[in-house]
Amino acid sequence: MALLELHSVSVAYGRIQALRDISLTVEEGEIVTLIGANGAGKTTTMKAISGLVPLSQGSIEFDGADISKVRADLRVVRGICQAPEGRGVFPGMTVRENLEMGCYTRRDRKAIAEDFDRVFELFPRLKERATQAGGTLSGGEQQMVAIGRALMARPRLLLLDEPSMGLAPQFIQQIFNIITEINKQGTTVLLVEQNAQQALSRAHRGYVLETGSVTRASTGKDLLADPAVKEAYLGVA
Amino acid sequence: MTSHLALTLAQSGSQWIDFNVGLLAERFWANTVDGLAYGSIYALVALGYTLVYGVLRLINFAHSEVFVVGAFGAYFTFVGLGYKPGPTLASGLGPLIANLVLAGAVAMIAAGLIALLLERVAYRPLRRRNAPRLVFLITAIGASFAIQQGFYLWRGANPEPAIRLVRPEAVFDIAGTRITNIQIVVFVASVVLLIVADRFVGQTRLGRGIRAVAQDPDTAALMGVNKERVIMLTFVIGGALAGAAALFYVMMIPQGVLYNGGFLLGIKAFTAAVLGGIGNLRGALLGGLLLGVVENYGQTLFGGEWRDVVAFVLLIGILMVRPTGILGESLGRARV
Ligand SMILES: Nc1ncnc2c1ncn2[C@@H]1O[C@H](COP(=O)(O)OP(=O)(O)OP(=O)(O)O)[C@@H](O)[C@H]1O
Ligand SMILES: [Mg+2]
Repeated sequence: MALLELHSVSVAYGRIQALRDISLTVEEGEIVTLIGANGAGKTTTMKAISGLVPLSQGSIEFDGADISKVRADLRVVRGICQAPEGRGVFPGMTVRENLEMGCYTRRDRKAIAEDFDRVFELFPRLKERATQAGGTLSGGEQQMVAIGRALMARPRLLLLDEPSMGLAPQFIQQIFNIITEINKQGTTVLLVEQNAQQALSRAHRGYVLETGSVTRASTGKDLLADPAVKEAYLGVA
Repeated sequence: MTSHLALTLAQSGSQWIDFNVGLLAERFWANTVDGLAYGSIYALVALGYTLVYGVLRLINFAHSEVFVVGAFGAYFTFVGLGYKPGPTLASGLGPLIANLVLAGAVAMIAAGLIALLLERVAYRPLRRRNAPRLVFLITAIGASFAIQQGFYLWRGANPEPAIRLVRPEAVFDIAGTRITNIQIVVFVASVVLLIVADRFVGQTRLGRGIRAVAQDPDTAALMGVNKERVIMLTFVIGGALAGAAALFYVMMIPQGVLYNGGFLLGIKAFTAAVLGGIGNLRGALLGGLLLGVVENYGQTLFGGEWRDVVAFVLLIGILMVRPTGILGESLGRARV
């Protein structure tokens, strides 16, 4: 049994059909990546998993239970946390308060203190900036907050929607290293990326999304070698 | 209104606004103290507008009626405790404080509950249906009228006979300015409540939840915040503070409680919220105090009939310079 299973999921925004009959699975311990062009439906998939948009068809199973109708905030309690596209850092809160939002649903103080240490270890910069307002951070720092904050939920499944967006090249490398590290520490990751090269080389498996449908699914390595993928997403003619 | 203006014109010849600078100088401190007491009441009510605006981007026009429910709650507690209209009876300090606290508790609970009811009955169904913002606004105005007319049908067009528990007595005399016991109690109690509210929103876990929903509702949900519960919480807090404000108001003003007695005060409190920066807690505090004080100066300077005019001229003046209010919009942003 996989940790996350999407069964024939469809999502529509009014008349716009954003997802058509999507099925995918994420096994415990994996990094799975979702790549696709702008508007393919990657963010919509992440929102559907987190419960921000309702399904018009299909179902989502997490840890063996159907969560299709579970409220978004309760999915966090079950172990799904997301660093959303655009980072979603709370601008009027300090870095520390933003991180505290990540453990909003938790009461285990001792473990929370440990996780603060862990996040500050992964992102030393955040420790320096602990009392700075989220809205005044640089883009890269905001991305660290978004990922660190999601980790503070101690999720079983971490959803990352374009964590490398808008970052300088050396920074992108660092973010992907951290994602790999987080996964090695035991967190399952579902990663949406425009940077297909990096994402596929780090991921165990990948899915290619085109206009709301899954068109390819394979291991990261195979997708990297796939000529069609190369042409469409890796900028290789 | 026109006849009144004409009358003033006729009385004072060509100069129809009196600039009584001498009087203002004489009453400056008295006006300031009294203005702070009124202003702290405005601030308490303004917090309700600002909190709800922060999380829902909705001006809850029915908040003035939430205040009125608090005022009736306090009044009927007085009646139930055996107080009668007419001259204030001398009573021991202990029982008096106990009775005021009881009246305050009743007012806060009644106002908090009506605010919660309002949210459940009027606003939540609209949210479920994704109604456009204008519909919320119209519903708010409708709810305001409905509650007001409900009180009208129940209590009629005349104010309740005023009941006074505390006789105003000067306890301080600073530089020739008498400061009464009521002014002190109202101001201190209001400021304590305002600080508690500010701390709650700024420093507790639930308060962070409120700020998260205000700043980014979708991300708040991704962090496990139950938005519906946060909305309920803001209505209850705002309502309870309006209830406390209602008790203070009943203590301060000589008139009895009236079915539409929340109208002007509601507008003033709303003005205070916008003045300080709607959605901003400390802005509401600042706006309330400023409005109370400036309004008093205006009244002394120009005459009583200009009191409300001064309040709104102040609002327009400040919005011209700072369109988002003195401290700027948005919940929580003033903290950093
Ligand atoms: N709130 C919305 N209302 C209407 N249509 C929407 C909404 N959000 C997304 N869409 C549409 O759904 C489709 C999928 O959007 P989605 O954001 O999931 O794409 P994406 O793969 O994340 O793209 P990008 O790489 O640009 O982030 C797009 O055609 C988009 O226009
Ligand atoms: Mg996207």
